[in-house]
Amino acid sequence: MVNKGIRIEGLKKTYGSGDTAVEALKSVDMYVAPGEVVGLIGPSGSGKSTLLKCLGAVIEPTAGKMVLGDDVIYDDAWKVRDLRALRRDRIGFVFQAPYLIPFLDVTDNVALLPMLAGVRNGDARKRAMELFEALEVEHRAKAMPSQLSGGEQQRVAIARGLVNRPPVILADEPTAPLDSDRALAVIQILNDMAKKYETAIIVVTHDEKIIPTFKRIYHIRDGVTYEEEGEGRAIE
Amino acid sequence: MISLAGRDILHSWGKFVFTGMGLGLLIGITLSMAGIYRGMVDDAKVLLDNSGADLWVVQKDTLGPYAESSSIYDDIWRGIRGMPGVEEVANITYLTMQVFKGDHDVRAMVTGITPGEVGTPGWPLYLVAGRQITRSHYEAVADIATGFKLGDQIRIRRHHYTVTGLTRRMVSSNGDPMVFIPLKDAQEALFLKDNDAIWEQRRRSAGTPAFNRPGLPDLLDSFMASQSTNPFVNAVLVRVGAGHRPEEVAASIRRWKRLTVYTRAQMEEILVGKLIATSARQIFMFLVILSLVSSAIVAFIIYTLTLGKIREIAVLKLIGTKNRTIVGLIIQQSIALGMIGFVVGKISATLLMAPIFPKYVLLLPFDSVIGFFVVVVICILSSIIAIRAALSVDPAEAIGG
Ligand SMILES: Nc1ncnc2c1ncn2[C@@H]1O[C@H](COP(=O)(O)OP(=O)(O)OP(=O)(O)O)[C@@H](O)[C@H]1O
Ligand SMILES: [Mg+2]
Repeated sequence: MVNKGIRIEGLKKTYGSGDTAVEALKSVDMYVAPGEVVGLIGPSGSGKSTLLKCLGAVIEPTAGKMVLGDDVIYDDAWKVRDLRALRRDRIGFVFQAPYLIPFLDVTDNVALLPMLAGVRNGDARKRAMELFEALEVEHRAKAMPSQLSGGEQQRVAIARGLVNRPPVILADEPTAPLDSDRALAVIQILNDMAKKYETAIIVVTHDEKIIPTFKRIYHIRDGVTYEEEGEGRAIE
Repeated sequence: MISLAGRDILHSWGKFVFTGMGLGLLIGITLSMAGIYRGMVDDAKVLLDNSGADLWVVQKDTLGPYAESSSIYDDIWRGIRGMPGVEEVANITYLTMQVFKGDHDVRAMVTGITPGEVGTPGWPLYLVAGRQITRSHYEAVADIATGFKLGDQIRIRRHHYTVTGLTRRMVSSNGDPMVFIPLKDAQEALFLKDNDAIWEQRRRSAGTPAFNRPGLPDLLDSFMASQSTNPFVNAVLVRVGAGHRPEEVAASIRRWKRLTVYTRAQMEEILVGKLIATSARQIFMFLVILSLVSSAIVAFIIYTLTLGKIREIAVLKLIGTKNRTIVGLIIQQSIALGMIGFVVGKISATLLMAPIFPKYVLLLPFDSVIGFFVVVVICILSSIIAIRAALSVDPAEAIGG
C-alpha cells in the first residue's frame, strides 16, 4: 500500500441540515503521490473548493477518510488536535485571489510563514528570496503588495504556498489572473517543486491552456470524482 | 518574528495619528478636568495659607467665613487678644462682589484687612508690584488676575480706591481674585446703601411711631445713624504663639466666648470637603463620562480597523497563525492608539488647555500616571469586541469559492 502523498476515501461533506442541506461532496476518492501534480476539474458548484477546504483542514467533512503522508488526519472525525499547526507545517495554499497582507512587504508576506513556524527572520527571508528568483519576482522583493501587478501578486502568493516546503500544496485556480506564458511557467514551477521536495500537489483549474499538462486528472461532478488519464504534455 | 501590529501601524500611520490626535484631545480634556479639581483644592489651600492665620473665630454654629456667612461684633478681638497662646489677632471681612474700573467690572473677593503692617493676619504677604496699603481709606491692593494696574482708580459700591499694590495667586476658593481694602471701608461697603435706599428707609422709619416720637426729636436721627454704621466683621483671624498648640488655644476661646473656632485642618476640611464638594462631584461625573466616551471611541476605531483586516486575519489563520498572535496584533494597536492619544492629550493639556482656561489648572504628575494606566486599561477593554470579531473569522473565507 502507498503510505505517502494524499489519500482520500469516501469523503462526504454536507453543508447545513434538513431542508436546506447541500450535499457538496457525495463520494470522493482520490490519490496523489508525492512529487505528482494532479488536476481537479469540474463545473461550477461541483464541489472543488469544498474538497480543497476539507483537505486543507479549514472545514470539517461529514464523513470519510483523509490521509496525509503516514498520518490519518480524518476518519469520520479529526484525528489531529492542532489543525492550525497542521495547516502551517504541512499544507501550502495558493488561492485564486492572492490575498497578500497589505501592510507587509513582499518578502515578509512570504517569510512570515517560516517565521510563524519558528525559523529565524534572516533564514526565513533567504528562503523567500530563493523562491522569488525561481518565480522571477526577486526585483519586487521590497515592494508592498499594492505596488504589484495582479500576476506578480499571484506569483508572490505561490511563493507563500511553497515556502514552508509542505508535503501537500492545494491550489485553487492559481493561474486565473495570469497570461498563458506566465500560467504555464507557474505550472512548471509547481512541477519542479513537486519533484524537488516530493510534494503532492492538487491544482483546481478551468484553464484550457494548462489542463493538457497534467498526467492525471480528477473530474468532479455533483460531488463525485472520476479519475482520468491526462495528456501530460511537456511545457517548453 | 516580525511585529505585525507595528507593521500595520507604519503602513496606515495617517489613520493612527489622526484618530490618536482626536482621542488625545479628549484625554487632554480629561487631564484638564482633573487639573481643575486639583486647582480648586490648591486655591483653597492658598487662601488659607495667605490668610496667615492659625485659627478662625466665627459666628457660633456657622461654617464661616468662606463656606457660609458669619457675622460677629468687631470688638470681640479685644477679648481674644488677651487669651493665653494668642500672639496676634485681626478682624477680617470677605465679600464677593463686582469691582468696577471705568465701564467694565470684575468679580472679586473684596477683603477688608485690619490696619497694621505686613504680617498682620489677613494681609497679603508678598506683592509683585507697588506697595501695601498705608492710608486708612481708599487704597486697595489687587490680585493681578483682576487685570487692574498700579495707579488704577477702581470703584467698590460708591467709593473709589487707588490700586497701590498687586499680588499673584491670591484667590477665593471659587477662584475669584482678591482685592484688599482697609477694614473700615469694607465694613461700610458691606452695608452701604445708595441714596434712594437711605431716603426710603428714613421715610419708612419716620412713619413708624416707635422711632418718631413727638417728644423725642433726636430719636429718629440716632436710629438712622445706627442703621448706617456696621459694627460687624466676618471673622477674627488668630495667630498662635510659638510653643502653643492651636487646638488648645481654640478650645479655650470656645469655652470663653459663644463662638465657633476652627483650626487650619478643620478649615481645610470645610473648604475641600463641603465648599468644593459639589464641584468635585460634577468634575468626577465629567471624568466618568469622558472615560466612557473615550472607551467608546477606542472600541469603535479598533473594531473598524479590525473589520478592515478581516480577510488578512482569515489568511493569517489559514497559514497557521496562533490566536495569541492575532489577539496581540489587536491589543498592541489599541495600546499604541492609546499611547498616541495620551502623549497628545498630555501635551495639549499642558500647553494648550491649562494656560487658556479661566481657572487655575494644576496638572499633577501623579494624575498623569493614573491617567496613563486608565488609558491602557480602557484600550485593552475596548479591544474586546474587536478581538471577538477577529477570533470568529473563519479561515475558509481566505480560500473563497
Ligand atoms: N458555506 C456553504 N454553505 C452552504 N453551501 C455551500 C457552502 N459553500 C459551498 N456550498 C455549496 O456547495 C456546492 C459546492 O460548492 P464549491 O464552492 O465547492 O463549488 P466549486 O466547485 O468550487 O465551484 P466554482 O467553480 O464556482 O468555484 C455548491 O452547490 C455551493 O452552493
Ligand atoms: Mg471554487
